[in-house]
Amino acid sequence: MSAPRKLPGSLETNRTLERWLRVNRDGTVTVFTGKVEIGQGITTAITQVVADELDVALERIRLEPADTVHSPDEGMTSGSRSIQESALALRYACAETRDLLVQRAAAKLGVSLEQITVADGVVSARGGGSVTYWDLADDHLLRREATAQAALKPAAEHKYIGMALPRRDLPAKITGIPAYVHDMDLPGMLYGRVVRPPAYGARLAALDDDEVKAMPGVAAVMRDGSFLGVVAKREEQAVRAARRLVRLAQWQNNATLPADVTPGEYLLMQPAHIEVISDKADAAAKQRSVTVLEATYTRPYVAHAAMGPSCAVAQFDNGKYTVWTHSQGIYPLRHDLAMALGVQASAVTVTHGEGAGCYGHNGADDVALDAALLARAVPGRPVQVQWMREDEFAWEPYGSAMLMKTRAALDAGGNIVDWQFDVWSYPHSTRPGGKDGVNLIAAWHLAQPFKPATPVNPALPGGGSHRNAIPLYEFASQRVTNHLVVQSPLRASALRSLGAHANVFAIESFMDELAAAAGADPVEFRLRHLKDPRARAVIETVAQKSGWRPGALGDGARGRGIGFARYKNLGCYVAVVAEVDAGTEVRVTRAWAAVDVGLAINPDGVINQIEGGIIQAASMTIKERITFDRERVTSRTWDDYPVLKFAEAPQVEVTLINRPEQPSLGAGEGAAGPTAAAIANAIAGAVGARVRDMPLTRERVIAALA
Amino acid sequence: MAITITVNGKQHSVEASDDTPLLYVLRNDLKLKGARFGCGLGQCGACTVVIDGKAAQSCDVPLSAAVGKRITTIEGIGGVEKPHPLQSAFIAEQAAQCGYCASGIIMAAYALLARNPHPGEAEICEALAGNLCRCGTHARILRAIKRVTGEAR
Repeated sequence: MSAPRKLPGSLETNRTLERWLRVNRDGTVTVFTGKVEIGQGITTAITQVVADELDVALERIRLEPADTVHSPDEGMTSGSRSIQESALALRYACAETRDLLVQRAAAKLGVSLEQITVADGVVSARGGGSVTYWDLADDHLLRREATAQAALKPAAEHKYIGMALPRRDLPAKITGIPAYVHDMDLPGMLYGRVVRPPAYGARLAALDDDEVKAMPGVAAVMRDGSFLGVVAKREEQAVRAARRLVRLAQWQNNATLPADVTPGEYLLMQPAHIEVISDKADAAAKQRSVTVLEATYTRPYVAHAAMGPSCAVAQFDNGKYTVWTHSQGIYPLRHDLAMALGVQASAVTVTHGEGAGCYGHNGADDVALDAALLARAVPGRPVQVQWMREDEFAWEPYGSAMLMKTRAALDAGGNIVDWQFDVWSYPHSTRPGGKDGVNLIAAWHLAQPFKPATPVNPALPGGGSHRNAIPLYEFASQRVTNHLVVQSPLRASALRSLGAHANVFAIESFMDELAAAAGADPVEFRLRHLKDPRARAVIETVAQKSGWRPGALGDGARGRGIGFARYKNLGCYVAVVAEVDAGTEVRVTRAWAAVDVGLAINPDGVINQIEGGIIQAASMTIKERITFDRERVTSRTWDDYPVLKFAEAPQVEVTLINRPEQPSLGAGEGAAGPTAAAIANAIAGAVGARVRDMPLTRERVIAALA
Repeated sequence: MAITITVNGKQHSVEASDDTPLLYVLRNDLKLKGARFGCGLGQCGACTVVIDGKAAQSCDVPLSAAVGKRITTIEGIGGVEKPHPLQSAFIAEQAAQCGYCASGIIMAAYALLARNPHPGEAEICEALAGNLCRCGTHARILRAIKRVTGEAR
């Protein structure tokens, strides 16, 4: 038997057409996708591809909420892969469905396929006669394996793809209509809160909860080992009871955090798995080296810091759990929930509901287990649990601390002839769905605890800690080495762009340092080492749009810098020019970006993602750092963890280089690295001193000048 | 004990203790879900409503302090069918990503425009000093608000 044909996108793992869509007799089309809306606009983009490939109006398309009963298993909504995986699968599934319907129509109308036209689900024969999808479709039509042999529509025939259509979900969200898991209001619903230990390693030593059980509205106090929570009739009663429990609980903590050294120093002190991920030697080129530069760059732990603390609703009935969650991966979450709850996966139904913007692995999965455990204490009643702000800051998994060492050699002509890059980091995924443990906080605290699964560093070519560690530039000799330290002292997992934020920050900062040593303009210096025409085009475009002037110097306060990357070296191309004012506080005043995502399905969606990506990356790059002492994380509120405010947000201008003939690429994470580097380079240009440690604060600028 | 408050022009009698944060009463008793819990500390503005013309963080307002006041929430200024000009402007500019912060920001802007129909950018930023956005939609949000102040001219 031959191996099954490789199918595009997520069709490969969800191979029947009926897994993706249903053509209904009432004139609607139901679409199933395993990718979920996290504020990135994916649901709008998906309806656009369905409408075009199927030839139906947008209004007919109903997107089913993702759940573990009906939806294709597409793993995580992450890595800027939803367009490449889900939208691509649906394009092929819909094109094939259209072909099947047209064949049925032709047979029914007694005409050849060439005589058929389709408009909004009405199949017409040139010589007269027509029939609709809604009459043609039946339960059997899509009960077949996809072949992906139907041709996708060429760009010239797109009616919806490529249009800047408004987001379908925004009218509800800006008028206060319930939109999030946080807004669910089921009959008989109770409210739960959890009381987390004061520090990672703390264990609940003693608790006298009689007083709390007698508080108004309290339905249950749930204690299982060091997992502690409360359920009450009203939300404020749950909050009050949880606060009281905080005062009554006695914890024991023997663990310590490495607060006496910087996160970068600590990384270097740990044993690491070392892997050379790119090795190209050209002895003759190396021989030509006349100048050698070295530098070290770092990033601290950074938080997702979603606006809405994580929330879930759960109900326990007759041994079965129903859970509503804003997790990025309902199937992996179900796997871990079932393990922690001691039931078969079939006893857990997980349904996605929207949450606040997530930017990676935050507390969404953890709170789902919290809710399920608390629901077990009140069978038959739904329980909504939302974390308090302190829970979110102190317990979410952070973006990993990282350290990058670079060393490069220039020849007499100012060309890079040798490039060495070493990155130290923790793995960038501790998401649910691991093989040898449960990646949910409460599971670790139960009287019969589960171990966390071994952290996973996503493999190349996308990569995790080494994402974008290999430069896209063409150097004669290069060696890139990944130093992976397996256990992070702080909880760490996927944060928007994983290692790319820090790796591109380091590579692109160092490119500017080398350009300066070579006496070259940063834009020209990059182009000198870059062959990929699409890469060159975004750099040239952003230079032109921002009015880049070779040799322009900063004035001691204001300056401009550029940063570039192709996300994961296989995704979207992004070049950013940032303008900073480092005169008093470090401020990013303006930014320009040029972006190439191939065929842009929704150009305004792409631009919104890039704008947001730039502003968020600016915040992370100049302001953000998780702080901790020897016992505990000390970033607990927005006061301890300031993010960019309205008065500090840059103006952003995004230029989209549309390439309708090229495959569509995701855009969500592409701006992070280029933005960080552009800001660092702008500061160096402005004040004449280089800051290599994020966040790029005023204090660090002053220290660099000293 | 029953406490009466006036929200969006209607009186509501609520059975809750008088120190209950107004936010929970709006969301859970009145089922007005537009104001959202972000921090419970008055630091982020996701729960912003307008009380007697002033923007207030409803997570930080006890029910007792809301008695006798005029409370306006996002649901009270317009809906999908008949949106307020600010809501229309947010749609026109597609000024949201996740949207969790949007109601609070719109209500802060609503209070600003009520006292100053033609604010400059600095005044808008000042009015939004208590509102955070994490998706990085700041530039679009400012454009949306300026669209309304421009139309008002």
